[in-house]
Order: sequence, then C-alpha cells, then structure tokens
Amino acid sequence: MIEVQNLIKKYGQLEAVKDLTFKVEQGMIWGLLGPNAAGKTTTMRILTGYLPATDGSATVAGYDVFEQPNEVKRAIGYLPEVVPLYPEMTVGVFLGFVAEIKRVPKAKRAAAVDKVVKAAGLESVRGRLIRNISRGFKQRVGIAQALIHDPQVLILDEPTIGLDPAQIVEIRELIKSLRGERTIMLSTHILAEVTQTCDGVVIINEGRLMACDSLASLTASVSRRDGVLLKLRRGGEEAAALFRQVPGVEKAAAEGDAVRVEWARGQDPRDGVTRLAVEKGLGLLEMRPHGLGIEDLYLKIVSGGTVQ
Amino acid sequence: MSNIWSIAKRELRAYFSSPIAYVIVAVFLLLVGFFFYSLVWWFNSQAMQMAQNPYYAQQVNINQMVFSPLFHNMSIILLLMLPLLTMRLFAEEKKAGTEELLYTSPVSVVQIILGKYLASLLVLALMLVLTWILAAFVFAFGNPELAPLLNGYLGLFLMGAAFIAVGIFFSSLTENQIVAAILTFGALLLFWVLSWAASSASGLWKGTLEYLSFFQHFDDMTRGILDTKDLVYYLSFAFFGLFLTHAVIQSRRWR
Repeated sequence: MIEVQNLIKKYGQLEAVKDLTFKVEQGMIWGLLGPNAAGKTTTMRILTGYLPATDGSATVAGYDVFEQPNEVKRAIGYLPEVVPLYPEMTVGVFLGFVAEIKRVPKAKRAAAVDKVVKAAGLESVRGRLIRNISRGFKQRVGIAQALIHDPQVLILDEPTIGLDPAQIVEIRELIKSLRGERTIMLSTHILAEVTQTCDGVVIINEGRLMACDSLASLTASVSRRDGVLLKLRRGGEEAAALFRQVPGVEKAAAEGDAVRVEWARGQDPRDGVTRLAVEKGLGLLEMRPHGLGIEDLYLKIVSGGTVQ
Repeated sequence: MSNIWSIAKRELRAYFSSPIAYVIVAVFLLLVGFFFYSLVWWFNSQAMQMAQNPYYAQQVNINQMVFSPLFHNMSIILLLMLPLLTMRLFAEEKKAGTEELLYTSPVSVVQIILGKYLASLLVLALMLVLTWILAAFVFAFGNPELAPLLNGYLGLFLMGAAFIAVGIFFSSLTENQIVAAILTFGALLLFWVLSWAASSASGLWKGTLEYLSFFQHFDDMTRGILDTKDLVYYLSFAFFGLFLTHAVIQSRRWR
C-alpha cells in the first residue's frame, strides 16, 4: 500500500533521510518509530507530497508520489505534526472547507462532514470556534479532517503528542476504530504507542531504516529470553548470586535493590525463583515480567546500534 | 475553478469574521468621505466665483474639479491600506502551519494563489462600490459625466489589483505579517515616486521610468482617457506579482 524505494532527502548539506526502503501492507496500522530528528516527519511529508524527495521513489495506493501527486493526494488523509486549523472557523465549517478542497462532490459534502464528526466524537463542539476548543478536541478535528474524503491511506504525524493521558487513550482508541480496509501509518517516538496500537513497525534512526516488520515477528526474532524483575527487601549482588543457582536461570543481575532474572524462552524457572526468595528470607516485595525484545531493540537502536 | 472559489470563500470568511475587513473598509470610507467633502466645498466656492464671468463659467467641470483629485486621494489611501489587507494571505498560513493542509490537498498552487487574489479583489471592489454613494449625491444635485467617472473607477480597481498582487508576493516571502506589509509599502511607494525621478531624467531612461511609475498611468485614467497601454501596464504588473508568488512557493517546496 505504501512503498518506499531508496528514498533520500537532503536539506542543503543535511541529509535527513538516507536511502530509506520499506513497504507497508494494506489494511493495517503501522508505526513509524524513531527518536526525535530521526526523519519521521520528513518521510511523511514526502509521502503526502508536501515535500519532494531528493532521490528515490515512493508509491502510495499504487500511485507514484512524484509522477501522480494529485491521485496520491486524493488517496491520502494527512494529519501533520502541527494540526492545521483555522482558529476563526467553527469545527463544522472548517470540516466543510476541507471537504471542498479535498474534492468531495458537492452532494456528498454534508454527509461526509456528519460522518467524520461522529467518527471523531465531535458532536458537542461542532458549532464552536476552533480557537475555543480544548487541545484534545483540536487533535480530533485534525483526525476528522484527515478522514473527510474517506482516504485509503491515513498518515498521522505524532497524533498523541501534547495530550494528557486520558486523551492519549481516547485518541488511540479512535485510531484503532479506524482500522479496516484503510492503511494507517502513524509516527511516534514513544514505543508504547506502537506496541499498543500498531500491527507493524518501521523503525528509523538518523534517516536510516533499522527494522521493518510486523510486531509479532519482530518480538519473536529479537528476544530469545524472557525474564522477571524482582523487588526485594534484601536484594543486591548476593541475592543475584543465589538466583543464578536456580535450575533454568541463565542470568541474574542486581539492579539497585532489585534483581533481574532471565531464562531461555521455553523454560520457566519462576517457581524455583519464588521458592528460593521465600526460603532464604529475601523479603519478596514485587515480581513483574520484564519486557525484553522490542524494548531492548529500540533502546539499542536509539543508542546507536544496528539490527542483524 | 470551484477550487479557486473554495479558497476565496475561506479567505473572505477570514476577512469578515475578524475585524480586519470592517476596519479597513470603514477607515477607507471615512477618509474618502472627508476628501470628498473638502473637494465639494472647494468646488462650490470656485464655481460661485467662476459663474460671475461668462468665459470661466464654461470651464466649470465637476469631473475635473472634484472626481479627478478625489481619485488621486483614493489611490494614495489604497496604497496605504491594501498592504494591510494582503499581508496575512500567505504569511499567516505559514505561521499557523495550515499551508501544509493546502499543499497536501488536490488543489494546485495556482488555484490557491488565484483564490486568495480573488478574495482580496472582492474586498477592494466592495471598498470602491461603497464610495458610489458619494457619486450618487453628485448625480442627484449636479450633472457630471458618467463615462470619465467609470473610467476613473476602473483605473482605481486596476491599480488596487496591481497593489494586491505585489502584497501577495511579499506575503509569500515571509511568515511575519508586519514584515510583509512593510516590504509591500516600500515597493509600492518606490513605484509611485519613480515618476519624480523621471522628471529629472532624460531620453530612454526618462521614458522607462515614466512607464514603470504607477502615477503616470493612473493620471491618464482619472482624466477619462482609456488607453490600452495603461491597461496592459496594470494587468502585466498584477500578472508579474502573482507569477513571482508562484515561483516563491514552488522554490520553497523544492529546496
């Protein structure tokens, strides 16, 4: 659905996107993950036709972004990083305007506005000036304007940035509810965003592709081990040494008061670990699964490593 | 075409849902009304005196004595006010980030420029049409000629259209509205006073400067002369301004 081939973008001397190649399948939610200044916004701006690439090619919904920009613009709904809103318009009027410039036929405009107002939960603010609505609602208006011409591809640049936790959850639910035939690509620098919303992920750093796969296979490929983090009343290096003797445990390391215990996937020495903690009187306070895999992978990427 | 109108409608809405359009139109009418009143006052006293002498009585001409100077006054007011009308057109979109919506929509840059241009032209037309009230008084109590009057209005409109094109160009250069307005003032004033430089120049240089000056072309039109040379001047000026705007926007996106 979205295909990028050897994409390069230079701003003068600065190379923002370096030889990026990835492919996103139809009907899924994909995350474009990377730290700040990784080239996420630039990549999205190229896909939407806002910026031209220096070199390489990109196709969206079967149309070449550079050869058939108008077809691509009709196929894409786009929420830029800075939500494009005219403060002096009401929500309803603004959406009507966007419907016009997105070439929604005149007869269908009113229905299109009704539909996105409902989908984005904007009924209560429809008649209010955009200037006067809350940030969360502004973000929803941004998503609504991206949806108005019922695009096949939805590109959302940092859709939850600057929102409070409750609003973040709301927007995530909204995005999930849009899944269907539509392909959605959202950018973020927060890993949790990807693991909670997306089916697949494209990870980039400093303009380079680091990984591109479905979330499931990516997790499976990178983590050969599972683990738990134990919080103990009497933790430290001595406790870690004790845990290393439990059969099945591959690695145990003290992390301040806590101890991280890891084992090869398939085994499960958790019974032995707890029994030991109780018998030795270590004062077990808390035990929780320790995420390995994609989190480690992302950290490694951000700190400058590569995959494969 | 419908895209141009969509853009123009939104711009008009922006003008009229904020105080901008009302303030500009009101101040314009106030100033024009003041000048009109002074000119009619002066015309009355002159006409009284001239009526004493049968030779001068032939020369009393309300078109020449009231409207011609009034058009000159109006053109200066437009020069001062139109940059304030155009300064926001692109600068504001850039600052607010809404240009990203426009440029990622299936609307061409030409359509965006023409839509914004059309909206300002309509505000200009409204400003001029409202001053017809003054002309209506003159028609009610005197007998001016219609043709030179219309010609003068055509001149004002064309000149305003050229001013607006210059304003749009400078608005596309910056995201700061004040900067856009100041640059527009500077450029318009410069083209205005070129004729002063022309008066002390000679030969080809003189002709060129005279041709480039707003003043020279406008003078003809307030006297009731309709010359294709003047029409071509204003239209090409407007076209050039819009053309440069297009070039600026395209180059920004391709940088």
